[in-house]
Amino acid sequence: MAGNTADKIQGGVLGWVDARFPLSQLWNEHLAQYYAPKNFNFWYYFGSLALLVLVIQIVTGIFLTMFFKPDAELAFASVEYIMRDVEWGWLIRYMHSTGASFFFVVVYLHMFRALLYGSYKKPRELIWIFGVLIYIVLMAEAFAGYLLPWGQMSYWGAQVIVNLFATIPYIGPDLVTWIRGDFLLSDATLTRFFALHVIALPLVLLLLIVAHIIALHEVGSNNPDGVEIKANKDENGLPRDGIRFHPYYTVKDLVGVGVFLIAFFAVVFFAPEMGGLFLKPANMIPADPLVTPDLIPPVWYFTSFYSVLRAVPDPFLGVVAMGAAVVVLFFVPWIDRNPVKSIRYRSSAHKLNLAVFVVTFVVLGYLGLQQVTAFYGELTLRFAVMYFLFFWLLWFHSRERSAVFSLVSFAVLVGIYSFYDYTRFDPANAQLLLTAWLLPTAYLFVTMVVPVFARNMGRDRPVPERVTA
Amino acid sequence: MANEGVSRGRRRFLVAATSVVGGAGVVALAAPFVAALQPSARAQAAGAPVEVNVSQIEPGQRISVGWRGRPVWVVRRTPEMLDLLPEIRDRLRDPDSEQVTQQPEYARNPHRSIDPEIVVLIGLCTHLGCSPSYRPEIGTADMGADWGGGWLCGCHGSRFDMAGRVYRNMPAALNLEVPPHHYLSDDVILVGEDPDGETA
Amino acid sequence: MKPLIVILSLAVLATGPVSLQAAGPSVPLDRVTVDVTDEASLQRGARLYFNYCIGCHSVQYMRYNRVGQDLGLTENQVIESMIFTTDEDGELTAPGALITNAMTPDYGEEAFGVEPPDLTLTARVRGEDWLYTFLRSFYLDEARPLGVNNTVFENVGMPNPLWDLQGWQEKQVDANGDTRLRVIESGSMSGPEYDRAIRDLVTFLSYLGEPMQIERQRIGLYVLGFLLAFLGLAYLLKKEYWKDVH
Repeated sequence: MAGNTADKIQGGVLGWVDARFPLSQLWNEHLAQYYAPKNFNFWYYFGSLALLVLVIQIVTGIFLTMFFKPDAELAFASVEYIMRDVEWGWLIRYMHSTGASFFFVVVYLHMFRALLYGSYKKPRELIWIFGVLIYIVLMAEAFAGYLLPWGQMSYWGAQVIVNLFATIPYIGPDLVTWIRGDFLLSDATLTRFFALHVIALPLVLLLLIVAHIIALHEVGSNNPDGVEIKANKDENGLPRDGIRFHPYYTVKDLVGVGVFLIAFFAVVFFAPEMGGLFLKPANMIPADPLVTPDLIPPVWYFTSFYSVLRAVPDPFLGVVAMGAAVVVLFFVPWIDRNPVKSIRYRSSAHKLNLAVFVVTFVVLGYLGLQQVTAFYGELTLRFAVMYFLFFWLLWFHSRERSAVFSLVSFAVLVGIYSFYDYTRFDPANAQLLLTAWLLPTAYLFVTMVVPVFARNMGRDRPVPERVTA
Repeated sequence: MANEGVSRGRRRFLVAATSVVGGAGVVALAAPFVAALQPSARAQAAGAPVEVNVSQIEPGQRISVGWRGRPVWVVRRTPEMLDLLPEIRDRLRDPDSEQVTQQPEYARNPHRSIDPEIVVLIGLCTHLGCSPSYRPEIGTADMGADWGGGWLCGCHGSRFDMAGRVYRNMPAALNLEVPPHHYLSDDVILVGEDPDGETA
Repeated sequence: MKPLIVILSLAVLATGPVSLQAAGPSVPLDRVTVDVTDEASLQRGARLYFNYCIGCHSVQYMRYNRVGQDLGLTENQVIESMIFTTDEDGELTAPGALITNAMTPDYGEEAFGVEPPDLTLTARVRGEDWLYTFLRSFYLDEARPLGVNNTVFENVGMPNPLWDLQGWQEKQVDANGDTRLRVIESGSMSGPEYDRAIRDLVTFLSYLGEPMQIERQRIGLYVLGFLLAFLGLAYLLKKEYWKDVH
């Protein structure tokens, strides 16, 4: 009963609200008494930063929507209207266009963190699945938004991507017409992309983010040691290696916010085009269905997958490969069956695998921006193969493999793509082909064959009981 | 958790300092967003000052021009009309134009205009924004024998005299607004800009 | 038509981009450094633009009075030196109007084979070096309808509007097979004078492409300065709180 009196005294407005809405409870569960591992490092900034970018995009987006005209005749001019006639419109627009790219920077680093520390592993599989869904919706959101300025790149970029659906057997062409709502990319397409970009996809995105965070706070955060802090609680039932999110991580994230905003506004104010990477010069020409620009690369955050698409000569199989490159992410929690979460205690072979994956992803991204030449084409193919080999190796390194299994699977994998090379062998390109052949082969050799002989390299290390400082 | 080296004062100061600086940053960032909602250059251009040539206006005649989507009346008053202005002052709510929002300083005089003959008014009733009708004839049957000429609002019956001043006990509480304006030459008025070049 | 678009797009996908636009620079571009803070240069560039270019090329996203404000011109100067058109009432176009011009697209297409493009954003599309080189690279070519060609933009529909300043150039191929342009009939400006004039014009075009670029960078410095201060405080705050954590 004494407690009740105390409640009444403290009650006030907060008490009134709490009796009707679990405000204090939400605050405590998600911030003040949410216990996070005390050993978060650099990689753990990007979750909260992604939320920050989301807020920037929503606020700037609302303001842009007030001035933008979703009409093929008016859209381009309305963007220039924002840039010139609306007071501070240029700042709002540059924040939005820069925010789009920074969203992907942050999300890619956030996803890489999960790969580093095995954050997708049991019991966090659903967090990862929600995360991949967020990533896919984010790509759709960015793609729809990119059409809106109705410049040449907007138009032809959308043209190319929408036409990917035309490769689907039987229904493809009709499906594309249905997506466009016209027999060419037109006003009808612009208005529906506008609706998707400002209402539908942001709503889905918000719901998924809420699900992502609820799932995270249900099981608790992973950490750079991959140790479950809930396994070691003190006499009060609080994790010994946990600290309250607020104030400790709120003040720490504030530092991350400071650094992030400096980078963000440096781009907004000094390099909003980022040398053509964030805003392309050709997009300063109004869309013209009769003139194709010289080069139609997607925006940088799509180019890795675009390269996978280009690596496959058959159009439909290319689309399938590109889709597979994204969809495979869903299965990562079940591909990597190694009980050790953190890369700190994983084998050298796995560390190398992940390092090569980073290089592969970046190189594919670079290649996706370039004109295709014989040399680049060959590289694209090899790195696309290596992209998928990463996931094979992720499974392969789930435990220490026997010498026989290692050698046989190495021979089979190399055999498969060597056979494909044999079918397309052309003496004129022999040197390029053979040199490029070394790329995946060396990758597989070092990560699968070398550990057979240098046993240490394929062996995981013991995981400590408690987190390390 | 040990608490050595923890200074509550320092902590409180840093929380306050970071909050104040961060808060200032948020406010500074909000400013451009608020400013973006102001009329854009396009709206400014559409609402640019309007030139009116008054040389063709007959005594007693009213012309109407558009400025920022509102009717602006320009009337050349007859000597008779001007003579009546002081006479009806007892029946007016604000005969001396004491409400400073309703006219620029240079129109705050008995005739509410720069040139006594020419009055410039925004033609919207100060009650709910209807445009009153021009009733310049003096002492008509429907307006009453003591009507000194002016405007009658068709919406709720507010009456205004030939200087746009509202009568007592009318729905409208304020005199008709005199927009900023000045003479470019003897015959040309620029509506929408004060004599010192300030736009409204 | 439908299959054609599909095939076209797939060709783009499979083989990389297909060029349907003949505009890629075939000659090395001369580099130019423009200073959009140089008001005098901007004014000279604007004068050239409004004397030689505006007849064909609109600046439809900019307003006369904005250019005037940014270039330090009075409203009367704007009206006298920039506005040559009338509005639908037959009055002189208002200073707050967008800089559209009197030539209709159809007329342009008839006269030059192609509609003269709007140049508001041309500096952002082409880059300053391209414009600087292009405007200095016209040469006489009897094979062309207007008797003029350009080394940077092969078979361009545009004649050299600045010929009375530059004079006429001829394309010559030297012993090494390199082509170079030489003035064979001089105009009212010397070579270096003409280059400077073109630099002014390109400066003005660069300004038109992004009129807020100077303001943008000026404000950016303050913003970054502020954020550094904020970061410093946030760092101290974090360090203070993390004394609790062992």
